[in-house]
Amino acid sequence: MLPCLGPGAQPNLQRLISAVQTTFAARLSSLSGAALVQADAATPALPGHTRLNLCNAVNDALKIALESNDRTYVFGEDVSFGGVFRCTVGLLERFGKERVFNTPLSEQGIVGFGIGLATAGHTAVAEIQFADYIFPAFDQLVNEAAKYRYRSGGHFHCGGLTVRAPCGAVGHGGHYHSQSPESFFTHVPGLRVVMPSSPAEAKGLLLASIRSPDPVVFFEPKMMYRTAVEDVPEGDYMLPLGVARLVAEGSDITLVGWGQQVLVLQQAAQLLAGEGVSCEVIDLRTLAPWDVESVCASVSKTGRLVVSHEAPVTGGFGAEVAATVAQRCFTRLESPPLRVCGADTPFPLVFEPLYLPGVARVADAVRQALDF
Amino acid sequence: MALQVAITGLKSQSGSQLGLSMARLFASAAASPSIKVEVMPYKVHRIEAPSNVVETNVEELTNFYKLMYKMRRMEIAADMMYKAKFIRGFCHLYDGQEAVLTGIEAAITLKDSIITSYRDHCQHVSRGGSIVSLMAELMGKQEGATKGLGGSMHIYNRKNNFYGGNGIVGAQIPLGAGIALAHKYKGEPHVCITMYGDGAANQGQKYEALNMAGLWNLPAIFVCENNHYGMGTAEWRAAKSPNFYTRGDYIPGIKVDGMDVLAVKNAVAFAKAYALANGPIVMEMDTYRYHGHSMSDPGSTYRTRDEINAMRTERDPIERVKRLLLNNGVDPADLKKIDKEVKKEVDDAVEQAKQGQIPPLHWLWRNMYAEPLGAGMRGVLPAEYHVPAFDPTYKS
Repeated sequence: MLPCLGPGAQPNLQRLISAVQTTFAARLSSLSGAALVQADAATPALPGHTRLNLCNAVNDALKIALESNDRTYVFGEDVSFGGVFRCTVGLLERFGKERVFNTPLSEQGIVGFGIGLATAGHTAVAEIQFADYIFPAFDQLVNEAAKYRYRSGGHFHCGGLTVRAPCGAVGHGGHYHSQSPESFFTHVPGLRVVMPSSPAEAKGLLLASIRSPDPVVFFEPKMMYRTAVEDVPEGDYMLPLGVARLVAEGSDITLVGWGQQVLVLQQAAQLLAGEGVSCEVIDLRTLAPWDVESVCASVSKTGRLVVSHEAPVTGGFGAEVAATVAQRCFTRLESPPLRVCGADTPFPLVFEPLYLPGVARVADAVRQALDF
Repeated sequence: MALQVAITGLKSQSGSQLGLSMARLFASAAASPSIKVEVMPYKVHRIEAPSNVVETNVEELTNFYKLMYKMRRMEIAADMMYKAKFIRGFCHLYDGQEAVLTGIEAAITLKDSIITSYRDHCQHVSRGGSIVSLMAELMGKQEGATKGLGGSMHIYNRKNNFYGGNGIVGAQIPLGAGIALAHKYKGEPHVCITMYGDGAANQGQKYEALNMAGLWNLPAIFVCENNHYGMGTAEWRAAKSPNFYTRGDYIPGIKVDGMDVLAVKNAVAFAKAYALANGPIVMEMDTYRYHGHSMSDPGSTYRTRDEINAMRTERDPIERVKRLLLNNGVDPADLKKIDKEVKKEVDDAVEQAKQGQIPPLHWLWRNMYAEPLGAGMRGVLPAEYHVPAFDPTYKS
């Protein structure tokens, strides 16, 4: 039995195979340097910028956060050695073991500990090694972090808490190193949920998250740690939470995504441009709260929506975007909002390309919307 | 009447009936106001026991008596108000366990932190909150400690480092470790007291928190209030080892008679000094709750009435202090006067709280995030929506 693949009815086998092949190609091309967030190695970095991959951009943001506030801590499993992804390299040496330290492998304890620290007025940047491991800490995030301000009538809050967690497909991660659990947390008022789509975005959004007066769950698309490279502004800057980014302007259809899926949307938009289709691509950046106005303004202009994410389609955050657009833009819509998402299966190992909403499937959905 | 009981109680217990917990008096007749009391010897795990002779005086005992009696009356009033439907929802009462908190507070300062579970009414008062604000909170009035937004399980006091009532069993324990790190990092000579019950003592996250606190030598005191029933399940049915003071394994522990405020005071002072110098310590307070787990639990289906009555007559923490006071020459009339004053204070607070206001509806969104983030509330008329006014003068 083949997994359900998102919009439309059962795809026939031929289409399925071609979708898989195209997705594979797109994935490989993004790994080999054709991705849109891939600075040209031949040209020098822009003035005032450093060429960084997403991992180094995160490292830079953490360094600035630790430098600018001496009550900021970075901790998690193996972070003092640099972390499994090397995002925290050099922080221990620079800021000392009092502020950058390893924790035991106990996610619930890590987050609970971070909440206590943040509630006492400090800034806690906790790392959950993989987003897939965040579930032992689910209770702490949902019941303690999200509700501290609310249930204490404003006496306390743990706005100083940021939980970083690498998420998303990586090509070979399998069931427990590939998931995108963002929608579980968008369901929790009191939490902010952020997922950046490029190195410069990651740095600005992470600094904003760390300094946000609300607890933030910050998902880092781990495939981009190394593959995405761009010129990142030097020094301290923040990008606003809750404000979407217009990635590409267009007039025929609005494509909405977040994290590394934005790259897929960009690639689909390029592919479709060759067919004369003009796609507007929006990177949501923040999922809770999300930028309803920007998305609805765009869809009101284009009349069509495709929303896309790696997480399984059912109950994913795409449903929220589609429902809101259906309501707010009903009279402007030319076709039903479509979702192009991960399949409703556990995240597969060898079937990863089959599972993922690749460029071909996004392009298919766009054509389907235009032909409606 | 109560006095009569106390006196006969004292007489009947003057022999060996109280066993090791018998409070014997020394030197009380001397000119010095200091009173030495022998408390039940502590059981210890990986640590030397502190002395079980505790120094006190009439003034301190009177304060203990007043505070514990206040807690008792408050909880009885809460029980009555619940049954009269002035308080709705969940409500967990502390009566019977008063000596634990009173003893803790006597050994620490308001600069030390306390975080506890949902059984949190008395912490509010011991941390300087008023009874009116407690009662108003229980009734969901905006004059309440949490402005009526938290209710029975969620009472806090930022100024006096009370990190509150937490609704999930055991979830406050890792938070306590984090708060302890904050104290340590700031170089403050303060500890975080993390209170949890014998039910929560079997939660996995307790062990995560103990491990981290142990690794990093945090000034954390983990206080297991063992009232012997995790909701409706006896400790021995739920815990393979109900010796909770030993369950920290590599972390030292001390078991205390939690029905004796002096034993608690002495042990917590010892634990605080230990925690500041060395790191975490587990304390097991052997105590008892007279009420059921919550208001929906009559508290009599899983234990006998005889057991509850025996506790009340033999180990009641307030009666114990009362006996000490009377033995040290305090006039019974003075205690009666305190009783009367406390009772009036609680009764007045209840009446005052009843007059409180229901919080305005737009507070539904308040404190969700720091900013309102586009919240909207449907009005009475169709399609009428209001964006709640976020009063900048609102003080958290």
